[in-house]
Formats: sequence, structure tokens, C-alpha cells
Amino acid sequence: MTPLAGCLLVSALLFSIGLAGALTRRNAILVLAGIELMLNAANLNFIAFWRFGPNPEAFTGVMFVIFSIAVAAAEAAVGLALILAIYRHARTSDVSEIAEMRG
Amino acid sequence: MTAGSSQNWIVQNLWLIPAIPMVAAGLVALMKRANRGLAATLAIGSMAVSLLLSLRAFAAALANPMLQVRNVDWMQFGDQWVQLGWLLDPLAAVMLVMVTFVGLLIFIYSVGYMAHDDNFTRFFCFLSLFAGAMLGVVIANSLLLLFMCWEVVGLTSYLLIGFWFQRPAAAAAAKKAFITTRVGDLGLLIGMVWLYSQAGTLLFYGNGNGCLEQRALAAMAAHATVAGMAVSTAIGLLIFCGAVGKSGQVPLHVWLPDAMEGPTPVSALIHAATMVAAGVYLVARVYPLMSGSALEVVAWVGAVTAIFAACIAVAQNDIKRILAYSTVSQLGYMMLGLGVGGVAVGMFHLITHAFFKALLFLGAGSVIHGCTEEQDIRNMGGLRKFMPVTFAAYTCGMLALCGFPLFAGFWSKDAILHSAHGWGISRGPFYLGAIGALLTAFYMTRQMYYVFFGQKRTPAATVGAAAVAVHGATEHAVEPAVSPRPGEVCAVEEPHESPVVMTIPLAILAVFAVLLGFVGTPAWPWFQNFLGGHGVTFDWSGFGEPGLMSLMLTSSLIVMLGLLLGWFFYGRRPIVHPTDEDALEELAPPVFSALAHRLYVDELYSVTVIALARFGAAFASWLDRWIFGGAVRLVAWAVTGVSWLDAGVDRFVVNGGFDEGCRELSRGGRLLSRLQNGRVQTYLSVIAAALVVLGVWLLWGHRG
Amino acid sequence: MGMTVSFLILAIVTLAGGVAAMTLRRLVHCALALAVSFAGLAGLYLNLGADFAGLAQLLVYVGAIAILIVFAILLTRSAETELQKVFSPAGVMGALLAIGVFGVLAWAVLASSAARGAAAAGPAPSSPMREIGFILMQRYVLPLEVIALMLTAAMIGAVILAVREKPLSAASPRSESSRELRA
Repeated sequence: MTPLAGCLLVSALLFSIGLAGALTRRNAILVLAGIELMLNAANLNFIAFWRFGPNPEAFTGVMFVIFSIAVAAAEAAVGLALILAIYRHARTSDVSEIAEMRG
Repeated sequence: MTAGSSQNWIVQNLWLIPAIPMVAAGLVALMKRANRGLAATLAIGSMAVSLLLSLRAFAAALANPMLQVRNVDWMQFGDQWVQLGWLLDPLAAVMLVMVTFVGLLIFIYSVGYMAHDDNFTRFFCFLSLFAGAMLGVVIANSLLLLFMCWEVVGLTSYLLIGFWFQRPAAAAAAKKAFITTRVGDLGLLIGMVWLYSQAGTLLFYGNGNGCLEQRALAAMAAHATVAGMAVSTAIGLLIFCGAVGKSGQVPLHVWLPDAMEGPTPVSALIHAATMVAAGVYLVARVYPLMSGSALEVVAWVGAVTAIFAACIAVAQNDIKRILAYSTVSQLGYMMLGLGVGGVAVGMFHLITHAFFKALLFLGAGSVIHGCTEEQDIRNMGGLRKFMPVTFAAYTCGMLALCGFPLFAGFWSKDAILHSAHGWGISRGPFYLGAIGALLTAFYMTRQMYYVFFGQKRTPAATVGAAAVAVHGATEHAVEPAVSPRPGEVCAVEEPHESPVVMTIPLAILAVFAVLLGFVGTPAWPWFQNFLGGHGVTFDWSGFGEPGLMSLMLTSSLIVMLGLLLGWFFYGRRPIVHPTDEDALEELAPPVFSALAHRLYVDELYSVTVIALARFGAAFASWLDRWIFGGAVRLVAWAVTGVSWLDAGVDRFVVNGGFDEGCRELSRGGRLLSRLQNGRVQTYLSVIAAALVVLGVWLLWGHRG
Repeated sequence: MGMTVSFLILAIVTLAGGVAAMTLRRLVHCALALAVSFAGLAGLYLNLGADFAGLAQLLVYVGAIAILIVFAILLTRSAETELQKVFSPAGVMGALLAIGVFGVLAWAVLASSAARGAAAAGPAPSSPMREIGFILMQRYVLPLEVIALMLTAAMIGAVILAVREKPLSAASPRSESSRELRA
């Protein structure tokens, strides 16, 4: 197993863990946490490919990860603010109870 | 030259004679408000003018007995012109004068007779129209023109018989007259068409081309047709059919007695003097066409008619019906005269008959008027005290009709009997005619005694109702008393003499009834020679013809015998009650009953001809309703079925399918919308599952 | 062998932290485990030679996002729910799906050329900071500015969303918040 494959497997596992949590937990904040984990797994993928890829001098993977982190920060902020607002409105942060946009 | 040119003027303008009364009829018809004075003036005035013109024509014919003709082009058939025309010859001239003169007198009489009627103006309109049409028949030179005027005469007869059409009996009688004469007219029409095809023209005379002129006659006589007859004979017999209908000869006589439903002036003018004479005139007009065998038929038909009608007249109780059957009988005599003796013999009797029969009818009208609409002779009696003028005139007429010596009828009837006696083919008609003369005298005497002699039997006040009640009680009443005519009610109840306007014409006609015969005596046969077109001289030796004096004596004796028998049965014992049995009835009840029932001719027709017609009508009605109507109904049913199907398809298949589709769509949409349950985790699960599926699929493809 | 021990340990820490974050009952514990996982990831980045990325990870994720999550948990405390049974249908379903996804990804990795590639990897690039700076300002200057804008917008948005409404009578939250802002 090459180092790259190892890294990729780790990231895949991390991704699955994050997915499992996002699908399973009922608290909205934990769903967001699961999503953050998934995002981080993708970042790891980028770094792995940058490191073991053809052209590491271009720092492409790193740049991508930097921007990804920035975006993730913004997204977390907004998402948590949303959760707060919903919590104030619906008195709960249970995702299975907030199902008003249904067909 | 002036005489010639003035003669020529009348020939050129002969058409005025029928035209003026027709125009008067039109004017009267168009009058907005019924103006009696104007209507009567127009009618009588036009008739007077026609009389003057007819006298002018008569003078012209006297001066020039040759036939004069004027033809005009009427309409075009391809490149052929159909011509109409009129002619003036002694025969036409005599008829013109007779028709206009008798017509004028009857018009004047009608002013008094119809004075109480509401439809005075309509009456005079129809009378004028009739006069015009009759005169048209007289002067017609074309069989087509004659036929057209013939039909108008029939029409006006229908209108006048049914003048009081609110009475069902009158309406039925009018229909009967029209339809019966129609049967005869069918023969006339066929003959006319055949004549046209044979001769190429319907003009009687016209520069040698006319159908009664030598060339055409020779051609037609040469052809032989059905039963070996010559074509001219066949055509002549067909034309005679028309005369049989119009003049009431035996098979088609049934309408004449019923025609008495019309007002009395109508009966006098149309059904005594003129219209019925038109048939005789027609035969006289086409005489050149009739060969010996045709004339044989004419003679026999006439003879049979004469005796048949005379027998029935013996047992009638309605004053007008007796005269009607008498008319039928006399018409038979005229036909007999035409058949055995020629045009002059038949026409002489026609002329004299016109006068005395019109006189008799007007007298009967006077009697009816004076008895407040009573027409049954059993309810009259002793009237000679109440109506002396009428009685005197009626006596003249009666004697003339019987053929009493020296009266008009004597000379004319005698001429007929003389010719019949000398007829080579058979003596049968002579004997029939002689017996007929006996019967004529008998029934006229009977009528005289019932009406004018004896005790007064007229019931007072309600005449019609009482008479009906009385007659209903007796067994032998077959001619019920006629209920009062609308509008003819007089104020006075006692029998009274008629007003002057009615008695003057009676007097004038009486004079003619007595004197007219003298124009045709054997000593001075002016009439016969006038018709024949040559001059005449007074010659007593005319009486010296072999057999003539003995025949005159014989016929006089027959008349006396008839009068005697009449006195024997009816004159000796005065008739006291209206319900008394007739003297003849006491003698031979079954015979009297059969005669009173008119020898059941109407009943025979009813079960044969009329039943056939009714069956045909019923069959046609069935055909129309079930077959043709059924076809129509079938089509309608099919169309309805198709439209019902179409509606069903539209409602269930098209709309239903569409509705179903929409419903499925919304159901599908509702189903799909349940996918969106508003839970984020569900969405994420779906994405993850889709990712798995996609990945497996891609990787599977890249294996190996 | 390409996989050094340090790599292994860091991986285990990260994964354990992740599992803990997703399965622990109390929320705060979850948040802290999440922070541990983030830190493990930062270590992995450093291990792989991405210095700037690792440190940025530490600064942002551990230092800001994890804290944010803790704050959020604390602010939404009263409605804390019990963790549902692990073997509930939804839980089983989620787990199965996750296993499925991992299976697919692992399969992809193992079947690809990465697994069969050369064992050796190149040396880590040296002194990346200077290069990163240059690249950031030259090549990636537009994304940089956009990111700045985006962060500004996110900040403003988050503030607007989370600002506390004054308790008034029956008024819609939206109009409330806008009235707040104007005031």
C-alpha cells in the first residue's frame, strides 16, 4: 500500500464517519459537525494528492485547502447562526422535528 | 259599306260580350265596402250592355248568315302559335240573345229575391262572372277557349250552389256538382287532346285549317281506331262525355237535383236555362265531328234520360226538385233531338225550354218567397188566391213544358218527336219520348194541384220546424223540408204575392213561353232555316208533310191524357192535410217509394265509385303514414342514434379519458410530493445512496 | 512501507476523535472530541509537509470553529435531546449507508493506480511559505479577494441571523429583526 493509498483510505474512513454522524444524530449542531468532518476528509485528500502528486511545487493542493478552510469557517458561522435562529423560533434543535418544508 | 263595316265591327268586337260582365264581376269583387246598389247596377248594367251587343250581333247574323270568324294569336309553342278566336253564326247569335235576355231578367229578379241576404254583393259578383263565362262558351271558336270558359262556368256553378255554404247540405251539393261534372270533363279533356293531336289545331274554323272543316274531318274520318270506330266518332263521343256531365244525362245526372240547394235565381239561370244547356250547345257546335254512330249513342242516352228523370219526378215533394228532374228530362229530349233530327231540332227545344223553365223556376222562387221559405208542396195549397200573378205565369210555363198545343213547348217537342218517329234506326226513342211526355204532363199537373189548388195547408209562424216534425212522423218522407235559408226571412207570415221587381220578369217570360214557339212552326220554320243559313217563307203547306198532322194530333192527345190523369188522381179530391198520403202512393206503394228514393242511383254510386275512392284514399294515407313516413322516421331514428353515440363517446371517452388522465397526473404528483418530507437527513441519505449506486456502477464498468 | 508510525498514530487519533464526536451522548463531549479530531488532522497535514495548511487548520478549525460549536451548544442547551438508541432504524440505516459509501470509496482507491503506484514518494518541498505568499498574491489574488468578500458577507449574515430579538407581542421574527437592526 502506497502512502497515497493509505492517506486516501484514512480520508475515506473519516468521510464515512462524518456521514454516519450526519445521518444519524438528531441534534442540528452535530449534523453540522458531521458535515465539517466530511469537509475535512476532502481537505486531507487534497493534501495527499498534492504531496504525492506530479507537481508539488505549484502548491495547488495547499491553496485549495486554504480556501476550503476559509469557506468552511464562513459556512460554520452562518450555519450555527441559523441553528440559533431556528432554536429560538422552534424551541428545539432537533432536526427530525423541523419538517415544515415538506410536500 | 257602312252596314258591312258595322257588321264587321261587331264581329271584330264580339269578345266584348263576355268581357263586359267579367269586368263587372271583377269590379264588384274589389269593392271595399259592400255597396248593394252599386253591385246590382254593375251586374245588371253589364248584362244589359251585353244584351244590346248580342242583339247587334243577331242583326248581323240575320243579315249575313254565313259563318264569320276572327282568330288571334295567343301564345307560342316553339315556332307554333296557339290561336284563340270567336265566331258568329246563326247558332251562336241565337244563343247569345237567349243567354243575355234570360240572364238579364233573372238578374233583375234576384234584386228582389236576395234583398234580405247579407251576401248580396258576392251573389252578384258570382252571377256576373258566370254570365261572362257562359257567353265565352257560346262565342268560342277554339275548343281550348271553350274548355276554359266551360271550366269557369263549372266553378261559378260550384260557388253559387254552395252560396249558403254554412249549410252542410249546400256545401256537399256544391262538391257533388263539381266532382260529377269533373268526371264528364275528363272525357272532354281526353277528346280535346286527341283532337289536337289529330288535327293539329283546336280552332273550329280558320281558313280551311280548322278542326271542324273539311280537310281535318276527312282525315279523321278515314282513320279507324278502337272497335272499328272512326277517329272522329271516338273524339265526338269523348266530347259528348263532357256534355253528359254538364247537361245531366243519365249516368251523371245525380248532381242536378242536389244543386237545388242554391238560391232559386241560381237554379233558374244556371240549372235550367243556360249552364246545363251548354252541354247541348257543345254537341251542336261539334256536330260536324259526330258521325251516325255517335249520334246514335247521343239519341239513346237522351231518350233514356228523358224517361228516367220523368219517372222520378212523379214522386218528388220538393217544388224545386220536381223542376230539377223535369230539367234533366227535358235535357234528355234535347239530346234526343240532336241525335235524331240535327242541330236545329235540338236547339229549338233548348231555346224554348230556357224561357219556360226559367219562368217555372222564378215562379217557384216566388212561391217559396211568398210562403216564407217553405219548399215542400205538401205544405202549400190554394195559393192561386194569394198569388194570382205568379199563378198565371206559372200556368203558362207549365202548359209550355207539357207541350200543350200552341204553347212554345208544343212546337219544339213536337219537332223532336217527329224526327224520332222518322228515325231510321229504331222507334225506341220515339216511344220513350212519348211516354215521357205523358209523364211530364202528369207530374206537372200533380204539382199544380198540390201548390195552387185545394185548401191552404201552410202552417203559421215557425214553418220549418213544424214541417220537420210533421215529416219526421211519416214513413214516406224522403225529401225532408228544407230549413229556412239564412237571410231569407220575410216579416209577413201569410202567403203573399211577391214584389213587383220579381213579378215583372215572370210576366215577360210568360209572354215568351206562349209566343216563342211560333218561330219554329212547320208553316213558318224560321228558326230551323235561320240556323241552316237559308231564307224562309210562310207556307201553310208545311203542315202537309206526311205524318206530321197525325203526329201533332197524337202528341196533343198524349198531353191531354196526362193532364186528365193528373186531375183524376189529384184534382178530384182536394188534398187536406200535409200528412195525407199521395194518391199514387195509395195505389202502388213500392213503386212510389222507389221513385221517391230517386231509384237509388245515389246509393249505388255511394257503394261503388265512392267506396272505391275512399279505399284508394285510405290506402294512400296508409302508404304515406307507414311506408314513406316510416322511412323518414327510420332516418330520424338513425340520426338520433348516431348523435346519441357521439354524445356518449364525447362524454365518456373523450371527457372521461381526459378527466382520468388529469386525475392520474394529480395522484402521481401527490405521490411524488411525499418524497419531500421536509427532513434534511432523508435528503442526505438519498444522496449518499445515489453516490453508492453511481460509484458501484462506474467501478463495475472499469473492472478488468 | 511508506506509512510511518507518526502517520499511523495521527490517523488513529483523528479517526478516534471523529468516532467519538459522532457517538458520544453529551454534546459538549462531542464538541471537544471534534476539536481533538481537528487537531489530529492538523498533525496529518504537518506530517505530509503542508505547513501552512496544518497551521491554518489549527487556527481556524480548532481555534474558531470548534469554539463556535461549543458556543452554539451552550446557547441551545435547554432543548438538549437524548441521544437516540444506536440501533434505531434511522441509525442502522445511516450506518449502513456510511459503510456502503466507505466500501465504494475504498474500492475506488484500491482499484486505482494510486494503490499500484511507486512506493516511494518525493521529498517534501522546502520553504513553502514564501512560495505560498507569492502564489497567493499573484496567481490566486482574485480568489483571495473573493474569499475576503465572502467572509465579510458571512459575518454580516451570521450577525443578522443570530441577533437576539426583543420579546414583543405577536410580531413576525423577520420584521422584528429588521426593526432591531434599524434601531
